[in-house]
Amino acid sequence: MLHALQKFYAKSESVRAYTMLSPALILIFLLMLIPMILMLSFSFFTQISFVEIDYTFTIQRYIDFFQKNLLVSLLIKSLKISFLVTLITLLTAYPVCYYIAFYVKKNKMLWLVMLTLPFWTSYLLRVFSWKIILGTKGVINSSLINAGLLSEPLTFLMYSETAVIITLTHAYAAFALLPLYVSLEKIDFSLIEAGRDLGLSRLEVFWKITFPLSMPGVIGAILIIFIPTVGDYVTPALLGGTDGRMLSNMIQAYFGKINNIPLGAASATIMLFTVALVTMIVSYTTKKLTQRIS
Amino acid sequence: MEQKNNTLLFYTLLYFVFLYLPVLFLPLFSFNDADYMSFPLSGFTTEHYEEMWGSVNLHKALWASIKVGVVASIVSTIIALFAAKAFARYKFRGENISYGAIMMPFLIPEIILAVSILVIWLSLGFKLGLIPVTLGHILFCTPFAMLILIARIEGFDFSLEEASRDLGENAWGTFYRVSLPLYLPGIIASLLLSFIISFDEFILAFFLTGSDATLPMYMWGQMRFIQKLPHVLALGAVIIVFTTMIVLLAFWLRNIGQGKDKAELGIKIHE
Repeated sequence: MLHALQKFYAKSESVRAYTMLSPALILIFLLMLIPMILMLSFSFFTQISFVEIDYTFTIQRYIDFFQKNLLVSLLIKSLKISFLVTLITLLTAYPVCYYIAFYVKKNKMLWLVMLTLPFWTSYLLRVFSWKIILGTKGVINSSLINAGLLSEPLTFLMYSETAVIITLTHAYAAFALLPLYVSLEKIDFSLIEAGRDLGLSRLEVFWKITFPLSMPGVIGAILIIFIPTVGDYVTPALLGGTDGRMLSNMIQAYFGKINNIPLGAASATIMLFTVALVTMIVSYTTKKLTQRIS
Repeated sequence: MEQKNNTLLFYTLLYFVFLYLPVLFLPLFSFNDADYMSFPLSGFTTEHYEEMWGSVNLHKALWASIKVGVVASIVSTIIALFAAKAFARYKFRGENISYGAIMMPFLIPEIILAVSILVIWLSLGFKLGLIPVTLGHILFCTPFAMLILIARIEGFDFSLEEASRDLGENAWGTFYRVSLPLYLPGIIASLLLSFIISFDEFILAFFLTGSDATLPMYMWGQMRFIQKLPHVLALGAVIIVFTTMIVLLAFWLRNIGQGKDKAELGIKIHE
């Protein structure tokens, strides 16, 4: 009797929960799931003229994608840039989070607000400010030339992969800082002290205790930096030149001036699957790795 | 707690410089009396601001962004409030999957969301404009709003609501008199931050606006002309000051009545 009653209560709780979730789930369904399925189906069609699309099923667009060296190399370049950005952002942000979590005693919140504040200013403007810094007549070049250290501006700074990587590292910093801080902050400091009391060196304590315990933050940061940067459009368009162009710039062109929606849809689908694959690999290997360490 | 570590402190301060310096160049050069943004500075002027203020297209774009931002922030906050409450209050089957589904727009490259909405919108025969942009922004802001609200609602004493119901208040009365006042700081923070996200959002707007430019689209258009750049700087400086104020207000609101370190800046890692 009691069991049945409990069961009913649990069930009604689910009903109540789903009633409250329904607006959000409907939103996801109508504005994300259905549109994405439609986009997927467009990748199996053919663009015959500027306005006409042939709706017979074909996988030719995917063959086109892999036959076009440009697209494959842009995909690889997008992955490479995102990988480097993720790595650099993590390595540079980790010590900062470590400092705030373990050394700062008062006003931690203030430190964190200060760290994330630049992130809230317009993304477009942040990218634009790097254009001011790295440009041929920009801050770095004009200062160096004025100081007499250079006679010609450094050209590799602007319209290059380097420019894209620097800018993205700056733009996505907050995405590393927050999850890293949260996971470091949760670590019980007595574990670290215990490790030291047992005679482990500082480095050993870090590798055997602190780092494995901060792993959830590291994984979170990897995913929320890697995924959006693969699809970034603004930075390569403003700062990349031809060298720093990424797959999204081509996707945009297919939906825009080239007007080959099926090929654009196929490229977007391939990007999505690559991202999903990377996500799975990252989650899986880090899980295995943490198990081994601990 | 660790003892002092000056190397790490120095590194942290250096990192702050890296975060802030690029953004501060915009206001700096917006007062510079030159068309190029380079050193040395050539003199103080407010000319770029006057030029900016006089642009009719800018006023139109600003108004478009405000409309989109207000609608998107209100709708996404309402949707997120219900969802946040469900996650904070109930344990149910499929909780993780539902949570993952609602967080998806945050995890999928934005360009894919944008082209998907573009394809369906055009297939349905609708015209591009501010409506699809607003819909896209609602989709994109909802996960953010939900994170902010979950952080606020979690730890909320739900027995207060039960007490109110036991005392004969109906569901709406309970919400209005008990829950709403307690959630209010979180709700306002969510409205403000969602507004800022929408106000600054570029990629969805880029694909979906058609001819009605939002403010970021307007800036994008101006950035292509070198002689227009100083005027973008002035606009950028104004936007930075304005967003910073709103975000600080939102953070302050979020922390009212909460343990200071408990609030994790709106981004809560769900377990």
